[in-house]
Order: sequence, then structure tokens, then C-alpha cells
Amino acid sequence: MNHEHDHDHTEPPEEIELRVKALESLLLEKGLVDPAALEALIDTYEHKIGPRNGARVVAKAWADPLYKRRLLENATAAIAELGVSGVQGEDMLVVENTADIHNVTVCTLCSCYPWPTLGLPPIWYKSAPYRSRIVIDPRSVLAEFGLTIAADKEVRVWDSSAELRYLVLPERPAGTDGWSEEQLAELVTRDSMIGTGLAKSPDDAP
Amino acid sequence: MNGIHDLGGMHGHGPVLAEVDEPYFHHQWERRAFSLFPALFVGGHFNVDEFRHAMERMEPAHYLQASYYEHWIHSFETMLLEKGVISAAELRGTAEPTRNSVAAPVLTLDMVAPVVQTGASARVDHAVDARFAVGDQIRAKNLNPTTHTRLPRYVRGKVGRIEADHGVFATPDTMAHGQGEQPQHVYSISFTALELWGEARADKVYIDLWESYLEEA
Repeated sequence: MNHEHDHDHTEPPEEIELRVKALESLLLEKGLVDPAALEALIDTYEHKIGPRNGARVVAKAWADPLYKRRLLENATAAIAELGVSGVQGEDMLVVENTADIHNVTVCTLCSCYPWPTLGLPPIWYKSAPYRSRIVIDPRSVLAEFGLTIAADKEVRVWDSSAELRYLVLPERPAGTDGWSEEQLAELVTRDSMIGTGLAKSPDDAP
Repeated sequence: MNGIHDLGGMHGHGPVLAEVDEPYFHHQWERRAFSLFPALFVGGHFNVDEFRHAMERMEPAHYLQASYYEHWIHSFETMLLEKGVISAAELRGTAEPTRNSVAAPVLTLDMVAPVVQTGASARVDHAVDARFAVGDQIRAKNLNPTTHTRLPRYVRGKVGRIEADHGVFATPDTMAHGQGEQPQHVYSISFTALELWGEARADKVYIDLWESYLEEA
């Protein structure tokens, strides 16, 4: 298709854009929000908090058996040892994948997710397909993520309906003996800490 | 309430569509909408249970069609209007914005880092006896309040096992309606796939439930 690009590409503002603008402007005019604080919040969650934090936690647990024990017994305190804490991670639990159990997390009622360790959740995690299906049909959902779970392995779905937030401790990939925490962290994906993926194998590492 | 938000176990919503290398925000307005949540929360304009309940009250078809941060905007508008923090005329732009007579705290730049790092735990430092112990068989009550609850339909009437006692937390059913914390124990409870879905596979759902949602089985 060939058409001349002589028109303005600016789309008309959508209704939701106008709604947000109206509300934000009103709150500013009423002195209820500080624009510098709003900018700092956006910058924090867009650039400073994300799954690299969770990857550091997982890598340390793989490398340090005593840390792993602390993490499984009191995840909030163990995660805070790495300087990671706060909003939507006030009360953390870590659940460990083993040869017999595969863990996966969801919030069927809304979108609860451990922000300090994983950042803000992806759209699919907050959407109706994932929230409706993962509790009733976890194996087919995991298959859509490329994960086939053996029939004799238990799939344990964690529905975070209360104020506890969950992080999955994936299994350590084979062939990583002697790796440093920094190297190990490169194998830890966001999805492996939600439970919709596995940690990368050394062959996939950069 | 038996709202559209209570999605667990439903069919027909289609495949999970995961975006590769998804950004945290897809539009500038989503950034703006996101930043209002911590700011208004610290301003004391709502608690998280009120925030969730306002989303749950969205018209069901709109809830499913609207994008995630549109839910948030709907919730902010609903709560701020209901609490009289803003007026409908101010929001429509047909009345000049006025300063509220009761000053609310404002999240300022210097507060952002400590607030983000500290958060606000719903854990209550309050000695409350636990009615259940790890290993107990319980049944999730068949409750159908029209008000806020965190007891999803898919576990109501089902028998599970107490796996852990998380300690004492505020109760969302009262917090969402101005009735205080009413602290009580929250338990991790496992339900088998057979009990929930009639399917004899090895799988379980673990869910955190408040004590008042449970009875002896």
C-alpha cells in the first residue's frame, strides 16, 4: 500500500488521556499532589526497581545455603539484607521449586505482585485470561509459556489474596558449579520468579 | 461482592498473551496514572482495600474492556468524589477548583524514597488468639457479601488444609468500609485440584485467607 505521508501523525487524544489529565490537573490546583514527587515516583518504578533485584536474591540463595535457609524462613528480612524492601513487598514469602513441586503465583482478585523484587507487573499477569485460568488449568497456561510439567510433579498455584507477596525460587540450572552470584543472576528471568518460566541454562546465558 | 473482578476459575477469556520485552508503561498517561496511587495513598485519601473495592464496583463490561491503569483512574475518581475531596463539577471543569478546608498530607519529593523503601504493612502488632493450627482441616464459608471481601468464589464451600499461620492482619472486609482494622489471623490454605475442580491431578492451589472466612470441616 502506497500512501503519501504528508499528514500530521499526531493522533487525537484518547478519552482516557483527557481523564487522567483532568484529574491530575485538578489535584495539582487543589494542592493535593506535588509534581516533583510524581516525577520521582515514575522514575523510580520505570528505571530503578525491577526483576534484577529479585535475580540478586535468587542468585544469592543458589550460591549461599545459609542465605537460602534464611530466605525460606523469613523472606522479608532476607530480601532486606540486599537492600530490597518496601511498597508491595512489605511481607514477603519465597516458595522453592524442587524436583517434585513447581510453584506459580497469581492474584485472581486483582494484581498483587512483589514490586520491590520484580518491579511493576506485566499486562498479562493482571489480565483476565491469566487470572481466570492459572488456578483451574495451570498446566495449559504454563504450556503456553513453553513449560511442560511432568504429570507426577505437583503444580502449586499461589493465589496472593491477602497482603503477603510471593517470589518463586527457581531450580538452579545444571552446569553452573562454581559460578559467582553475578553470573548466576544473569540466568534468572522475571518469569522464572513468577513461575511461568524456568531459569535460563548456561547455554542461553549471554 | 460477587463482582467481575473475581475471575478465578472462569472460562472463555482466551489465551494468555505475553508481550516480549514489555515496557512498564505503554503510554505517557499510564505513567501519570501510576504516580497518583502512592501520592494519594500517602495523602490519606484512601486505603488499599477502599482502592480495590472501588475498582470492583466498575460496571462489569467496562471492567473487562478497560486497560489496567484505567481501573486505577476509575478508582481514584470514585473515591475522591465519594469522600468529597473533589467535586463532580471540579472534575468536569465547570467549577473553579477550591482548596479543601481540611488540609491533607502531601507526598513531597523528599518523602518518595523513604515511602517506596518502607511501604505500609497490613500486619497488625496486636495479640490475637488463633482459632486454627497448621494441619487443621477447614471449610471456606459460603459467604456472599455485597460489600468488599477477599474470599474468592472458587474456594467458597471447599475443604482445605491450614499450611501456615501468617500472623495477624487488618481485615479488608471492614477496612474497605470505614469499620477499622478488626485484626485477625491470616492463614495459608491448600486446596486440592480434586476438591476445587473435581480433577484428580497432583496440583493444589494455596491461598491466603482471613480466619473469619473459615469454619471447622
